Amino acid sequence: MKNRLKVLRAERDWTQAQLAEAVDVSRQTVNAIEKGKFDPSLPLAFRFARLFGTSIEEIFEDDAA
Amino acid sequence: MSDKTLESSQWTNRQASNNRTVALWTTAWLASLALANFGPTFFWDDAAHLSILSVALNLAVGIGMILANRRLILDLDEMQRQVQVQAMAFALGIGLVFGLAYSTLDVTKLIPFDAEISHLVMLVALVFLVSVKLGLRRLR
Repeated sequence: MKNRLKVLRAERDWTQAQLAEAVDVSRQTVNAIEKGKFDPSLPLAFRFARLFGTSIEEIFEDDAA
Repeated sequence: MSDKTLESSQWTNRQASNNRTVALWTTAWLASLALANFGPTFFWDDAAHLSILSVALNLAVGIGMILANRRLILDLDEMQRQVQVQAMAFALGIGLVFGLAYSTLDVTKLIPFDAEISHLVMLVALVFLVSVKLGLRRLR
């Protein structure tokens, strides 16, 4: 699954650690999600969306789409 | 974000606290295991009631360690939990398969020594550690 987490994070000048703390996960998990190595659960995707003030579809994109 | 970060850093603190709690329970469990094993010889001259008490203490502390581990795993984030579950699956599977094969080698006298439970414990621990390392590296 592709995502725009790294772009959204960079726009706000946040580090991976800051983003991780804001959504209650480890920095390693944010890194794995940004690199597309781990797909987050729906509740975690919602937390990202709430934090960035956008919709899940604006952040995550299905590979098959 | 600052309020949220401040609030959420509690999660990181909780992780550190959980790790410390597990380390303390594990140390206490190992100490109680050593006491139960060596106490009869070195401290109470094989007095049965003290040996039973020390085994009961070891079991009680062991239950505390299990509950601390449960708390730690429940508080992990979803990726960490996935890595742990896969490592546990490997450790349990390999422990079962290799443990029984090892026991069979002993029963059929194909090895010249007794199959010790400690060998199995070491195998399970090593498989778990290597699996966690590899799981985290794969997701790095």
